[in-house]
Amino acid sequence: MTGTRPAWLRQLPFTATVLVLSLFGVAMIYSAGVLEVPSPAMQGLWLRQAVILAAAIVGLLMLSRVPLRWFEWFAMPVYIVGVAVLAVTLVAGTGVGTAEGVNSFLSIAGFRFQPAEAAKVTTALALALLLARREEPPGYLRDLLTPALLVAVPLGLVLLQPDLGTALAFVGMFFAIIYWARTPWPLILFAASPGLGLLLAFSARVWSVYIILLAVALYLYRFRLYLVESVTVILGNVAAGAVAQPLWNSLAQYQRNRLLVFLDPSLDPRNAGWQLIQSKVAVGSGGLVGKGFTAGTQKRLAFLPEQHTDFIFSVIGEELGFVGTSLLLLLFCHLFLRMIRMAETASAPFAGLFIFGIMGVWLTHVFVNVGMTVGVVPITGIPLPFISYGGSFLLMSWTAAAIVVALASEDP
Amino acid sequence: MSRRRYRHSVLANRARITVVVLLGILAGVLFRAQVLRATDWLLQSERNRLRPLTVPAPRGIIRDRDGRVLADNIPGYSVSIVPDQPDSMFSTLGRLREHLDLPAGRLEALSQQVRAGGPRPLLVTGDAPFDAVAALVERRSGFPRLLIEPRPKRRYPAGQLGAHVIGYVGEINESELGRPEFEDAEPGWIVGRSGVESHYESLLRGTVGTRYVEVDAAGRIVGSFGGVQGVAADPGEDVDLNLDLELMEWIHQVFPEGMNGAVVALDVETGGVLALYSAPAFDPNVFAGVVDAEEWSRLVGNPESPLYHRAVMGTYAPGSPWKLVTAAIALDLGLVTPDEHMPVPCRGAYMYGNRVARCWDSDGHGSLDLPGAIQHSCNVYFYQLGLRIGLTRMLGVGNRMGFGNRCGIDLPQEAGGIFPESLDFWERRFGYRAQEGEVLSLAIGQGPNDQTPLKMAQFLLAIARDGSAPAPTLYREAVPADGWRLEIRPEHLEEIREGMRRVMEPGGTAHLSSLEHFDLLGKTGTVEHGGEGLEHAWFTGIAGPFGGPPEIVIVAMVEFGGSGSGVAAPLVAKAADFYLRGKHDMPRDTIQTLREYLGAGRNTAWADRREAR
Repeated sequence: MTGTRPAWLRQLPFTATVLVLSLFGVAMIYSAGVLEVPSPAMQGLWLRQAVILAAAIVGLLMLSRVPLRWFEWFAMPVYIVGVAVLAVTLVAGTGVGTAEGVNSFLSIAGFRFQPAEAAKVTTALALALLLARREEPPGYLRDLLTPALLVAVPLGLVLLQPDLGTALAFVGMFFAIIYWARTPWPLILFAASPGLGLLLAFSARVWSVYIILLAVALYLYRFRLYLVESVTVILGNVAAGAVAQPLWNSLAQYQRNRLLVFLDPSLDPRNAGWQLIQSKVAVGSGGLVGKGFTAGTQKRLAFLPEQHTDFIFSVIGEELGFVGTSLLLLLFCHLFLRMIRMAETASAPFAGLFIFGIMGVWLTHVFVNVGMTVGVVPITGIPLPFISYGGSFLLMSWTAAAIVVALASEDP
Repeated sequence: MSRRRYRHSVLANRARITVVVLLGILAGVLFRAQVLRATDWLLQSERNRLRPLTVPAPRGIIRDRDGRVLADNIPGYSVSIVPDQPDSMFSTLGRLREHLDLPAGRLEALSQQVRAGGPRPLLVTGDAPFDAVAALVERRSGFPRLLIEPRPKRRYPAGQLGAHVIGYVGEINESELGRPEFEDAEPGWIVGRSGVESHYESLLRGTVGTRYVEVDAAGRIVGSFGGVQGVAADPGEDVDLNLDLELMEWIHQVFPEGMNGAVVALDVETGGVLALYSAPAFDPNVFAGVVDAEEWSRLVGNPESPLYHRAVMGTYAPGSPWKLVTAAIALDLGLVTPDEHMPVPCRGAYMYGNRVARCWDSDGHGSLDLPGAIQHSCNVYFYQLGLRIGLTRMLGVGNRMGFGNRCGIDLPQEAGGIFPESLDFWERRFGYRAQEGEVLSLAIGQGPNDQTPLKMAQFLLAIARDGSAPAPTLYREAVPADGWRLEIRPEHLEEIREGMRRVMEPGGTAHLSSLEHFDLLGKTGTVEHGGEGLEHAWFTGIAGPFGGPPEIVIVAMVEFGGSGSGVAAPLVAKAADFYLRGKHDMPRDTIQTLREYLGAGRNTAWADRREAR
């Protein structure tokens, strides 16, 4: 084989895309800082991001040389450390900058980082390892119980911060990995059904129809499931329907508003609706070719919220237009298709599962992030991979990319 | 189950489809927003960042009959604060005090506006001194929300002379904003407050323009914006008046110093107002910017009432000049001929029932015809003439002549005369039925009868003309209000004028005010007001070239001026002389009235000649 060529070069289509995305991100962070009334807090953020990117590149060059078995050895210990740090964050964490309301940062020796970002990678490793060890694909719901618990622990801790966006990434990861573990799709649907039940519980009538359909589906699938599993799925859905209202009530007002204004932005045009309206105005007014790099008026005049983190895509849309946004989506599309290919051709099941899981995480990020800037998805604080400003996120995305490169390059 | 369905190649293809579909949805939504709907969103982003600001239209210029400027505009600057948190606005106001002169009262008013809130910029001053503006512009970064804009400032070159007639301007107030004529007005607009400025507001105002400024999300103005064409302001129309500024200046010079009163001069031919003078006055330029509350209360609280336009709002008992009205009414009704003598000659008093009505001259005037009665201002003659007219007819014709109403001059404020509209007046006002004897008082200008100097001047127009009295107008292109007309034969009018002419001749009360070059006719009046020694002085005069038709009508009224002949008559004589000399291209720097000739010990051959005539 081509043992002389370094891993990153062998996976050049992937690494190059990641690098291009990251450099583009630095440029857009620079543009996001160009304001009519300059804000001291936003000066030089692009430079910080560039420095972190440099560190991330070095990290990738080193980490991508690590053999696969090392990751297998370390997967579980690292997962446990990740969960532990998440637990500590809940107690000792602080809110920072645009994530002021969320206690997601941990300060160690003057450095602040978000343990949840690292937990995504460690959980993906652990989950991939767990499912790779199975001889057979999961055939029953109970086979999914351990993987679900493995994800549920960090996901629960992240939700408690509360960070809905990151939690969604865990969900995306879980379904991506069990999908790649060749779980039959009815099982995946049944596993996902309580979540769907939760969403549909807003209307008793819709929910009732849904439960009946679910019961019919379970009946048709009766030879593949233990009775107790079918009952559990039904009970899980009933429970989801039952907790929907209390859960809704327990949400903070801003979270509820975010969900409500998704349905109708004019409900709260000054606050929660404001972000959505201004973001849509920014993206839409960009037109075909945009207002020009750094020249977006919505951004320049501070109409855009969080313009260097969660709403960086709105800046891209405003300044580079449809040409810019569609090119960016094509880049992401290329990245994901490339990762699917890498998962497909990976020599070990563990590698394929991890690569596919990370693809699931990033796809979730991209879809939810871009979707919220144009009003397709409710606003959740979720950054755009490689583009949004944020040290931990960039670093951990690159770490994940490095592991992807390492695992994909492993010879059989 | 078939294993084939869950082979990785199958799963990968499905995953590819999922990726493409999900990203395709996003691309579709972006295409719709950025390509199909881009214009809508672009419009909304423009609306987001561009705020229209009103560009004030320069007000029209007001000029006198010879094109001398009475009101124009000079560049000025307004300073406003773009709304923000009240605390930061208070702090800005506090720091502005270092640069702008903000009296405590003004500061208090501004603070109230800050507390009241509102989306519009808070106007701190509409008239910032240039050096303050320069200092503020230099310190722009320290005043991020300060809005300094050029704003034409009204200037009144005639100063006090035009104060009442021209009026002044001010920032539009709440109650004005509710009126239909200010339908499209915004707070901060400068509008006419009184005088011509107010009456011709719609002509003078022009149409405001719009310009756009760029604001950020917090509403801070970050710059002016040239990309979107605003609408230029359309200046107001100029207003040319009948007024003669030089005559006004002259009247101001010859008006008795320290006294209050009014002078009205009308052009006989057109009824145009040549002079409308009221003393004391004020400087309208102090109202050009933001009115200082202290200055305002000083003007309002002044016991001399400088804001009060005496010429058109002051109502005074007309006194002897009213005898001309009585004569005119009698002639109009055909009740008397000018050469007719009254049955009872004047012996100093007239017996009416058991009442003794006195003449001012207790020695009596003997038997007089109408011109003689006017010359001597004989009460006894006019008592009898009044009785002949009768109370009802006196009120009827008096009201037809509009003595209970306004003239309808083109000014926002004019007081109507006070004159009984019917016999009920006494019952309503004094609680008793009117007796026929009331006509005795009315006939000599007393009783319930108060007229403005303007109203008396309008009456004099009828005497100077052919009996018709058009409404006086200030604006040259004004459509005059309805006037009125007396049915008096021309030769009878001439007899009234003859009586007035004799007033100025030897033996007449105002002989000393006769003029060398012009024919001045007049009637003096001295009206007791408020007690011994407190008398208002009237003089109503008509003047023109000898042998020609009258050209100017002048009425002077000096509050507590003493005698009409001593104070008001010289004033009218000098004003008429000044005007007529100017009109007939004669030098104005020589002595004018007989009194001055005599005082200077000069040859008065012209007076002797006229005496001989």
